[in-house]
Amino acid sequence: MAISRIERLVATASEIILGKEYEWRLALSCLIARGHLLIEDVPGTGKTTLSHTLARLLGLQYQRIQFTSDLLPADILGVSVFERESSTFQFRPGPVFAQVILADEINRATPKAQSALLEAMEERQVTSDGQTLPLPDPFFVIATQNPSYQIGTFPLPESQLDRFLLRIRLGYPDRAAERALLQGEDRRTLLEGIEPVMSPAELMELQDTARTLIISERLVDYAQALLAATRQSPEFAAGLSPRAGLGLLAAARAWALIEGRDHVLPEDVQRVFPYIAGHRLRLASDGRMPGPDDLVHLLKSVAVI
Amino acid sequence: MKVQELNVRLFSVLFRGRSGGSDSPKRGKPVEVSLRRDQAVWLLAAAALTLTAHLPKFPAWVTMFCATLLIWRGWLLWHGKAAPPRWVLPPLVLGVAACIRLDLGQFFGKTPGLIFLATLLCLKLLETRNMRDIRVVVLLCFFLQFGLFFNNQSLPAAATALVALLATLGSQVALADSSSNSRERLKLGAILLAQGMPFMLVLFVLFPRAIPPLWGVPADTAAISGLSDSMSPGTISEMILSDDLAFIVEFDGSRPAPADRYWRGPVLNRFDGRTWRMAAHLPEDRPAYTPSGRRFDYRIMLEPHQQHWLPALDYPAGSVEEVYFTRDFQVLTRQPVGNRMQFAFSSFPDTAVGLNETPSMLNLSLLLPAHGNPRARALAAELKAKTPQQTVSQILGWFLEGHFTYTLQPPTLKEDSIDLFLFETRSGFCEHFAGSFVFLARAADVPARVVTGYQGGRINPITKSISVRQSDAHAWAEVWYAGHGWVRVDPTALVAPMRIDYGLEGALEGKLPFMLRPEYSWLRQLRDGWEAAAMQWNRHIIAYDGRRQHDLLKALGLNDVSPSTAFGAASIAIALLMAAFYGLAQFRRNDDRFDPLDHAWVRFSARLIPFGLARMSNEGPIDYARRLAAARPADASALTLICTQYARLRYRSPPLRTEINALARTIDTLKLH
Repeated sequence: MAISRIERLVATASEIILGKEYEWRLALSCLIARGHLLIEDVPGTGKTTLSHTLARLLGLQYQRIQFTSDLLPADILGVSVFERESSTFQFRPGPVFAQVILADEINRATPKAQSALLEAMEERQVTSDGQTLPLPDPFFVIATQNPSYQIGTFPLPESQLDRFLLRIRLGYPDRAAERALLQGEDRRTLLEGIEPVMSPAELMELQDTARTLIISERLVDYAQALLAATRQSPEFAAGLSPRAGLGLLAAARAWALIEGRDHVLPEDVQRVFPYIAGHRLRLASDGRMPGPDDLVHLLKSVAVI
Repeated sequence: MKVQELNVRLFSVLFRGRSGGSDSPKRGKPVEVSLRRDQAVWLLAAAALTLTAHLPKFPAWVTMFCATLLIWRGWLLWHGKAAPPRWVLPPLVLGVAACIRLDLGQFFGKTPGLIFLATLLCLKLLETRNMRDIRVVVLLCFFLQFGLFFNNQSLPAAATALVALLATLGSQVALADSSSNSRERLKLGAILLAQGMPFMLVLFVLFPRAIPPLWGVPADTAAISGLSDSMSPGTISEMILSDDLAFIVEFDGSRPAPADRYWRGPVLNRFDGRTWRMAAHLPEDRPAYTPSGRRFDYRIMLEPHQQHWLPALDYPAGSVEEVYFTRDFQVLTRQPVGNRMQFAFSSFPDTAVGLNETPSMLNLSLLLPAHGNPRARALAAELKAKTPQQTVSQILGWFLEGHFTYTLQPPTLKEDSIDLFLFETRSGFCEHFAGSFVFLARAADVPARVVTGYQGGRINPITKSISVRQSDAHAWAEVWYAGHGWVRVDPTALVAPMRIDYGLEGALEGKLPFMLRPEYSWLRQLRDGWEAAAMQWNRHIIAYDGRRQHDLLKALGLNDVSPSTAFGAASIAIALLMAAFYGLAQFRRNDDRFDPLDHAWVRFSARLIPFGLARMSNEGPIDYARRLAAARPADASALTLICTQYARLRYRSPPLRTEINALARTIDTLKLH
């Protein structure tokens, strides 16, 4: 049952997000693994469409927060307002109280505003005036970030980046996909006519199923070998943390579930690894984040056992 | 399937009657089982091989009977037909028993017993209906392989028994695990055999032994081979045609020249006009001469010939148990040589023997029948000279001038055989020459006698030992001169000197028995190698008897060597071995290096190396499958199936042994287009 739904999810999405099936699957994996997604790219490559489609197909509430340099934490989390009738402060929930949030251009906001969101992501709750309010479930943040060389940005520090399970790039579509995009209907109107394929409850069921996927001893061996390789390789300044390892297995499970398997294969780990490791590692040579090529090179050096 | 698991299943096949659930779970009448064809083939092959090993000892009718039954059963099994009705069997059993009684004259004994068991094996196969019957068949095979050694402990017998044992173990594997293929069955059978080897060795070395060996005691009928205690025309020329081994000699140090290799056997003193016979002698513990001069030390491994005499170079001394010497310098045993026997002698060829010969012995050596062979007697009177030496050289001179022919096919001689040979046919063999020479010498009053034995022998280039065969049998003469004693005279050497210097091959060019022909020298080389192996086998395996075991245990430091200590040592050794096997099994269970799934996966990749499609080290199974399918569309489905199966077994739940086996089989039998 779950498998056919996932297939429909992938198939329907591919009608809207043209030529980005791999990235779409990664995004879906991230959601199923209960992680958060960071998309790093120049504007106009379909980040919004992707997040919107995701919310739409899964029947989830969708909120978009445009991060600007003057954004305040209260603008994200919500604010307590004095109610004259009851003479009490009443909490007005902010845009973060939605199931899918698109935090657009997160690096344009000040670190203060950034950390407000990131803390909420991590805690899955918002504390205001001593009051703790749980965020909805499922809760999925898609943050986008313009490449950090642009002027007037506050790049996310490493500790904050670690809160995103995966970091992907959408990139430009290939020639055929772009042609179809240019000639076809407007994506937004297309999205309007699409019915959800799955209910939030079913999504949560999927999330639970993903946790039960079989990870054999051998696969743990392989994952550990990968982690060890990042730590031992002279290419990287520091290796991946155990939390990154947990994230790797969680994402691999979700990927395997999308592939329709009840057990995780080395391939699943390999598919998600560059997107787990990319934003958590720094190259020893110039302090840059490693690109996919560096990580594929690492993958090739570790034998599947 | 791991060997340990399979051992348990084999055990259950043999003793408990569970085989993959094909037997009845309930008590009572066992359910009939239908063997699959391949299982049936294995079972029948095991039985056939077991019986084949016995065939040389069985009469022809037994072979025919067993073959018929096996073929019948095979046909029934192949066509999936049921066993024949039960009433067929009792008449067959009774018939076989009657035939054994009629053919062998007895029903109780080694050979009749084995024949009866062999036929029972075939009959049991014929009536095999349930697992219990099959178990009986398998156990009977084991017993018959063991029974082979009652009659024959040679190297070939052991080899055939081993092959049959392997087949039987393989058939057990076939019964326990019907999904295995032939190679696996053979391999597992070999593993089981190898596992049994240490136990066999311990039991062989340590288990208390009967002296003499168990198989040596009840001989059914002793067929006499080799020289007997009499010689009539034709006796030796018949033997010459036999290529059987008589004995093997190993010298310590130097060897005598080929012309001096006279292996003394029965000495024949009594002549009745046609046949020379051995005279009776009182046994003496020591030889009747004082050894002196050159000395040769050697060991002889004598094939059993069911007689008393032992071959020895002139003139032997040395102490061998149960052996006595005679006045005419023979060495005899008290019991006929019924088993292969090993003994050591020293020989002193320069010893002067019989210097003070007793008158009775000299009289015996002059004795001739009262009548017959008048022409020979007349010739002897004519040739008689002043001294015995001159007489002998006259006789030999007469032989030399007489245009005698040395041949293996002499004409038949009837009455007055000496006369006929000397004056009519003039063609004969060593026995004719020796016999007529002694007759002439005696007729001319020179004490003389016929000595039979072997002359020459072939040096085995591998072991450097001398193999003496029945074809080396020879007869020569001894004459007695006062003051010189007994002197060897070989008239054959005059007529056909090549016989002595170069063996039979030299004397009979072109008329040789098969194996002696020069064009078959490669065959002789093969035989040399074989005899070398057989010699080692006989020396180390067969000759290991209770006495040697005793010595070995003593050497190992067991002071009180009794059957019970040997038994105790064997038990301890077996217990240690079992503990070692158990430990090894535990160790291997915990050891990832022996993961059969990994092995299979590596083999799979190795099979694709020729196509340049070896798996890359970082390649997962599904990625590999995609690459293979893209590169080899013709094999895509098979290759993908293997990869996905591997992925499932490796990365899903712990795989079952049968699943791994199935995958390994698929990989090993994979045919690529």
